[in-house]
Amino acid sequence: MITLENVRKDYASDVRIGPLDVTIPSGGITAMIGPNGAGKSTLLTMVGRLLGLDAGTVTIAGHDVTRTPSKKLARVVSVLRQENHFVTRLTVRQLVGLGRFPHSAGRLTADDERKVSEAIDFLDLRHLEGRHLDELSGGQRQRAYVAMVLAQETPYVLLDEPLNNLDMQHAVAMMKHLRGAADTLGRTVVVVLHDVNFAARYADHILAMKDGIVVEQGAPDEIMRDDVLTRIFDTPVTVVQGPYGPVICYC
Amino acid sequence: MADVITRTDVATGLEPATPSHADAAPRSSGPFTSRRGRTRFTVLVVVLAAAAVALAAGYLLLDNPGRPGTTGHLLVMQRRATSLAVIAVVALCQGLATVAFHTVTGNRIVTPAILGFEALYVTVQTGAVYALGVAGIVALDGVPQLLLQIGIMVALAVGLFGWLLSGRFASLHVMLLIGIVLGTGLRSVSSFMQRLLTPSEFDVLTARMFGSVSNADVSYLPVVVPLALLAGGLLLARSRRLDVLALGPAVATGLGVEQRRETRIVLTLVAVLVAVSTALVGPMTFLGFLAATLAYQVAGTFSHRHVMPVAALTAFVVLCGAYVTLKHVFYAQGAVSIVVELVGGTVFLVVLLRKGRL
Repeated sequence: MITLENVRKDYASDVRIGPLDVTIPSGGITAMIGPNGAGKSTLLTMVGRLLGLDAGTVTIAGHDVTRTPSKKLARVVSVLRQENHFVTRLTVRQLVGLGRFPHSAGRLTADDERKVSEAIDFLDLRHLEGRHLDELSGGQRQRAYVAMVLAQETPYVLLDEPLNNLDMQHAVAMMKHLRGAADTLGRTVVVVLHDVNFAARYADHILAMKDGIVVEQGAPDEIMRDDVLTRIFDTPVTVVQGPYGPVICYC
Repeated sequence: MADVITRTDVATGLEPATPSHADAAPRSSGPFTSRRGRTRFTVLVVVLAAAAVALAAGYLLLDNPGRPGTTGHLLVMQRRATSLAVIAVVALCQGLATVAFHTVTGNRIVTPAILGFEALYVTVQTGAVYALGVAGIVALDGVPQLLLQIGIMVALAVGLFGWLLSGRFASLHVMLLIGIVLGTGLRSVSSFMQRLLTPSEFDVLTARMFGSVSNADVSYLPVVVPLALLAGGLLLARSRRLDVLALGPAVATGLGVEQRRETRIVLTLVAVLVAVSTALVGPMTFLGFLAATLAYQVAGTFSHRHVMPVAALTAFVVLCGAYVTLKHVFYAQGAVSIVVELVGGTVFLVVLLRKGRL
């Protein structure tokens, strides 16, 4: 369980995220939705201790993120941002291998190698594992990074807009991978999504943010309502029943 | 790609590696992607080491003016051995420091020289000549002056990192910008002081401004060798963490490396190494860049514990090679730093133009 108590981040005197008092349940996929600038990524990066808090506490499975040593936390939670800049030339497999760093400190055992192989196979990257990252498309690279955080074997996985820049084929595949990570690997996946339809289809739990605070939280069918979504996005939204569940229409 | 979706059925989950792959080479995340890569690296290290030994022997033995067995012969050998040790220290410092610096700053072009190191060296030297005159400067030469020089440089760099990385401008770009501004300011101050020097003082100063191993004295070695070995050893010991830091601050933090603390430690060690090298022989702006760039190209791995020794070895081969060539081919041995910077500067421009970004 991830708990935020009174968490605040002040960007300027009039731009503030929080106060946030949120509980994200263990298990399944929690999707964060909301308009641009609502604070979704800020919340996620604060939980993943990539960004400091200005006030409040974040607890992940009993570990206070600001007090727990980073090394210990890296075995509890993994976090991935949208864009990742790297200087060295790595292959997919070497990148995923670095995901084992919290467990092996860089000295990979046979057991680590097996887990790296599992993560690569899980994301269907086997045919690409010898390729260098700069030889991959954006979507493939994104999958390689997700494989890296899965190889980290943390019960909690935080992903900031993993569908960014993916076409629909790869976006669907990525969500299925994440669903698999939650269902078969038992990970708690927290993910920032721009597309509400993906949240409705794949998430167990939706957290809607607006103007720096959480405005709605609940199961997809509680959020997928005309009035609720219209209020969150300040845009007239109609929810219709599609073949796979509710979908929104808004343009 | 059409099969991606069908193969990513949620129910599939984790499956053991399929037997059809069992006969292939074992899957490994090691520093080399293939056995060929590892062999290539081993050959490379052997060739570089052989070149280093050959050049060192050439530097030591070629064209000794004295007859073998005489005191003159022995004295020349001793002098050359000292210079050789200085070259080795400088190569170690520049090679390791540049690679580590590139990694923690997330670029492969800007080198520690940009932090105002060379400018500071120039300022300290100019200030000393300006304030003390030629007689004073000659009297002060020695280990205390060397230690003072190293101390000032490390203190400045560590202070800068501590200030810039702790507060609200926790950005390396800001730090580099300040380094450039600081460097330019220091250069202006020293060029102003240089204008006020007498021609003879200016002559003494100019001789020190060119990086040269003859700037170093044998009495420096007991100080600089342990210092360089200690700082270099500590950097090498952190090489696995550097592998992670190369993925950027966010990913490194996510993987449990305390990025800010680690960056500060690495930059402090870099400061010690560059200060030792600069205080010992003077500015060698492009040596580190040249060695690191060549090492990235030839080593063919991300692994710092492989790249860093190759960079140090390359720096030694380049520097020693330049000395041997200039001494025995062109008879212009004072100009080594000019040659290194000419070659290094050209490589710098080529890399910059080919990559088109920092």
